[in-house]
Amino acid sequence: MKSGSHLSIWFFTRICLGVNGLLIFITGIYEIANPPANKVALYDLHANVWWGGVLLVLGLIYSLRFSPAQERKRMAGKS
Amino acid sequence: MNLALLLLSSNTLVHLSAVDLAIIVFYFALVLGIGLYLKGQANTGEDFFMAGREMTAWVAGLAFLSANLGSLELMGWAGNSYKYGILAAHWYWIGAIPSMLFLALVMMPFYYVCKTHSVPGYLKLRFGKGAQAISSISFAFMTVLMSGINMYAMAVVMRVVLGWDLNVSILVSSLTVAAYVALGGLRSAIFNEVLQFFLIWAGALLIPILGLIEAGGWTGLQAKILQNLTEQHVANPGSYTHLWSTLGSFGSNPMGINWAGIVFGLGAVIAMGYWTTDFLVVQRVLSAKDLRSAELAPIIGAAFKMCVPFIVILPGLLGLALLRDPQGHLLRLVPADVAWSASGQAQGLHGYDEVLPLMLARYCGPGLLGLGITALIAGFMSGMAGNVSAFTTVWTYDIYATLINPKVSDETKVKMGRWVTVIGVIISIGTAYLVMQAQSIMDYVQALFSFFIAPLFGTVILGMLWKRATPAGGWTGLLAGTLSSVGMYTWVKIDPNAVRYVALSMDAQDQAQNMFRALWSCLICMIVTIVVSYMTKPKPDSELKDVVYGLTPIPKTENVSWFHSPIFWAVVVAVIFVILQIIFW
Repeated sequence: MKSGSHLSIWFFTRICLGVNGLLIFITGIYEIANPPANKVALYDLHANVWWGGVLLVLGLIYSLRFSPAQERKRMAGKS
Repeated sequence: MNLALLLLSSNTLVHLSAVDLAIIVFYFALVLGIGLYLKGQANTGEDFFMAGREMTAWVAGLAFLSANLGSLELMGWAGNSYKYGILAAHWYWIGAIPSMLFLALVMMPFYYVCKTHSVPGYLKLRFGKGAQAISSISFAFMTVLMSGINMYAMAVVMRVVLGWDLNVSILVSSLTVAAYVALGGLRSAIFNEVLQFFLIWAGALLIPILGLIEAGGWTGLQAKILQNLTEQHVANPGSYTHLWSTLGSFGSNPMGINWAGIVFGLGAVIAMGYWTTDFLVVQRVLSAKDLRSAELAPIIGAAFKMCVPFIVILPGLLGLALLRDPQGHLLRLVPADVAWSASGQAQGLHGYDEVLPLMLARYCGPGLLGLGITALIAGFMSGMAGNVSAFTTVWTYDIYATLINPKVSDETKVKMGRWVTVIGVIISIGTAYLVMQAQSIMDYVQALFSFFIAPLFGTVILGMLWKRATPAGGWTGLLAGTLSSVGMYTWVKIDPNAVRYVALSMDAQDQAQNMFRALWSCLICMIVTIVVSYMTKPKPDSELKDVVYGLTPIPKTENVSWFHSPIFWAVVVAVIFVILQIIFW
């Protein structure tokens, strides 16, 4: 979706989701190896690993679907 | 001194790790980067104030919803659900969905056909400068006040939760908003609102998921709430998890309201007024690229709005069921003025509005905590950017270009838009400090809607649907509705027994009073408009083309399949809305 600019809003969304997902996922893996002294409720579910993973995958999907190259192709197809 | 050291203190609810701070700093860098990137695409008035009217339905729809998802909305309604139970969900369902669908299918074609830049701009076309002046000045006043209150609420939570300095929180966040809106105008605000929409969901969705796992699902949650409230001798404990079945009388639910107040006061007046005439949200839809996108945008917004209780109302209910102090006793949250008083702070009390950050701290470790805090900051920024960009447009088009200098050039409008954005933020900062001095102003937020939005809806809807309404009827009705609402509010403040007349019951709490006051002020506005209209000369039909139903040829939306038709998706949303009411009856 173009929304009137060279880079679509979805480009920024994928950066945001991907970077945050990656940071949270890595932190979660680190926490499994080095468990903290003060644990949050339901720590054993390791929410930061799977939630970070979900955000990272969403960011990657957006990257494939709305990459600047794909956007250019779509716009060329429309015109 | 470096920023992190300046921000942090030792006495806080949670402590951020380096990765949390990295997530927050990355967010600030990204929103500023978007503003800088879009700077070159805001050169004309249409670009700066209306985002070039080229947004797709999805972008306009998500921005439409996100502009409403301010920090007050997120934390305030989570707090309200802790206080009033699931009744708070009415503000997301009957208090939003029917009116969003009404905007999409009935009102949007008008706004779109007359090519207005704002809702006061529509009133000028329909009723002349009198109604426009009342509406634009009251709207400008309301937006900067709301923006300041949002800012203060956010800064207080940042101080309580993270120990951040109040002044630093206010300055850093508000100057960031000023920078990206002044650089890229409405397009930048909308881009950031879409980004913030995703961040809010990414940061807040985990709380209800983990909360429901801990509580044992919805049935377990209901049982725990009933048990906890019964132990604390709270009246009507069963009513906290039922949406409609306790609305037969005022005294059988925690809000002190009946079904008529919810259906007519909230659903028919406050919600219709807010979602169809508050320019803060309508501006996003006006930026759509064509009529079908403009109709689809509120429907997409409505579909997501139905899901917002999952990240706002459910955490409040989970707080009722699960929150305990370090000794394992049930934690009972209290009103904000009690929690933030010196004795409240000494006892370690927490206000209702802190329930969302408390739940965040309960489940979120490093990384997730940073994302959750970023979601709250994003909520604040989207709410503030919405207020500021709407204020800028109304000031430039409806006050300056109409009342002060009608010959202003397009280039000057853009320059003025950039400056007014900064000035609007500065006024909002001033308002935030004003609120700090008089904390009870926080209670007046919903009252503001009943003062300005409810009568405005009466004026706009009569103007659109009734061609006999005259300019004199329009502005006198709007003025009478606003003054009567302020009058009823003052009456109850002077004589609390007046609640029995204004809200029909002495059991009515603040929210219930707001609903009934809005209902009466809208009715007064409509009655005065009708009476004065019959006493004055109507405009000829030729002058009402494109602004009144029956005299306006509504363009047919392009020939699309039923699957892409706005009506089909409106019906889908309406059916899901009804099912939700039945499930949580």
